[in-house]
Amino acid sequence: MTDSAALLNKHSFVELGARQRAKALLDAGTFRELLDPFQRVMSPWLERQGVVPQADDGVVIAKGLLDGLPVVIAAIEGAFQGGSLGEVGGAKIAGALELAAEDNRNGIPTCAVLLLETGGVRLQEANLGLAAIADIHAAIVDLQRYQPVVGVVAGSVGCFGGMSIAAALCSYLLVTQEARLGLNGPQVIEQEAGIEEYDSRDRPFIWSLTGGEQRFASGLVDRYVGDDVAKIRQQVGELLQQGLPVQPRSQRAEWFLQRLASLDTQAQIEPSVVRGLYQGERS
Amino acid sequence: MSGYSLRGLNWFNALSMGAKAVDGLPPSLRVADADLGRFIAVVADPDNRFPRARNGEVGLLEGWGLAKAVDDAINADRENAQKRPIIAIVDVPSQAYGRREEALGIHQALAGAADSYARARLAGHPVIALLVGKAMSGAFLAHGYQANRIIALRDPGVMVHAMGKASAARVTLRSVEELEALAASVPPMAYDIDSYASLGLLWETLSVQQIEQPTTEDLARVTECLKQAINDVTGSDLKGRLGASNRAASSRVRELLRAQW
Repeated sequence: MTDSAALLNKHSFVELGARQRAKALLDAGTFRELLDPFQRVMSPWLERQGVVPQADDGVVIAKGLLDGLPVVIAAIEGAFQGGSLGEVGGAKIAGALELAAEDNRNGIPTCAVLLLETGGVRLQEANLGLAAIADIHAAIVDLQRYQPVVGVVAGSVGCFGGMSIAAALCSYLLVTQEARLGLNGPQVIEQEAGIEEYDSRDRPFIWSLTGGEQRFASGLVDRYVGDDVAKIRQQVGELLQQGLPVQPRSQRAEWFLQRLASLDTQAQIEPSVVRGLYQGERS
Repeated sequence: MSGYSLRGLNWFNALSMGAKAVDGLPPSLRVADADLGRFIAVVADPDNRFPRARNGEVGLLEGWGLAKAVDDAINADRENAQKRPIIAIVDVPSQAYGRREEALGIHQALAGAADSYARARLAGHPVIALLVGKAMSGAFLAHGYQANRIIALRDPGVMVHAMGKASAARVTLRSVEELEALAASVPPMAYDIDSYASLGLLWETLSVQQIEQPTTEDLARVTECLKQAINDVTGSDLKGRLGASNRAASSRVRELLRAQW
């Protein structure tokens, strides 16, 4: 294929909204949305704070098939309030994962895909967002006793806060070059630790530490894919087919503690040091 | 004078009553198996190898260390019908904010801790969180929020929140004063423990005489409450947190999802 033909065949995943992303991943004609926007289950907290709520609270829950496997997709809309999770959006994700785990206990092998574009807790609903994220963590750990949970961070919002912990709990994680994955947003680190520690305006610096390519090279995610709908769909399908990982990343405490014990923490860190430290056991 | 809280350490020492410390863990963790169960606390370590985690923050070593402390209990009790209770003593000012932390995947370390606590709960260990100080954001998600039952001591220094006031104000483009005014009328945004209790997430709130350094009476009271919480645990999920009117949407969303599933 010539370069221009390849370009014409490429469809950006990053540019799609949450609903389109979920549709793009599911087998044709199998997409069925739960709690769709016409049901208008909205945040009960935003309006009184002068923020216009959205009819789906920025989260799309869809059931369908992916390469024939029963799957539930939870997709966060990064364009609404920075993909932040409030009570309703958080409960949609947690509730969907809880029902998927219950399916498995009833003999239905439902697996899950999380499309993560989120700054974490929606501060206007602070403690209810945090509680919902704890529920999401609980549900991921429960569900992946039975079936894989695949997390996708495509960009451009990235995945931060408590939802970065959710991403790190997933059986498998897939990222693109546009993705960033980290616990604390750059602004907050700068606020708490100072500009010497973390310059939130230095984009190349931030990508070099938390960008998709670096996370993949450090073994903190499983797949690094170009921004292309067909490629992402294929890789998500492969990961679901793989079944459960032998040892999930979040269950490797001993290994990580050993690696961290061998690190010189006097000097400030460089991206290459992280790669060197964690690369060892990459398959 | 130290700039960090000693509450977690003091309550750990009082409650574990001289039980032998579990070793092989980072110095910022205190872990001991006492009569009630395995007590786990994150405490300030002024010599922490990671400079951004010297005031009791939950950082890389703490996240993975918590995971190991809980995993060890799960593994030790794997063949036992009776699983030892795990009690997280929570006094954590925040997660660690720093370049090393982000670069080395602090999110993954905190996931390690959350994963272990959740698996302990699913394996049948009663998991209890006792809030004696701050329970902030990612630090609480890693240490306490996966518990079957959460107990908070009633004190202005006991608070649960997603972000400190200064940062929350900056991120939401408000002044700290505006944020405080708003928090007073929106329960999930408030920083006090009574507003938090109104969300239904706590199993019990408890008053004590000396929160910084418990008296004999305080100790007896909290120990009794922990026993009741442990005995109250039935089932391994977090359904007990649903039902408060200030968290009604969380229940409604689940009902609707189930109906449409």
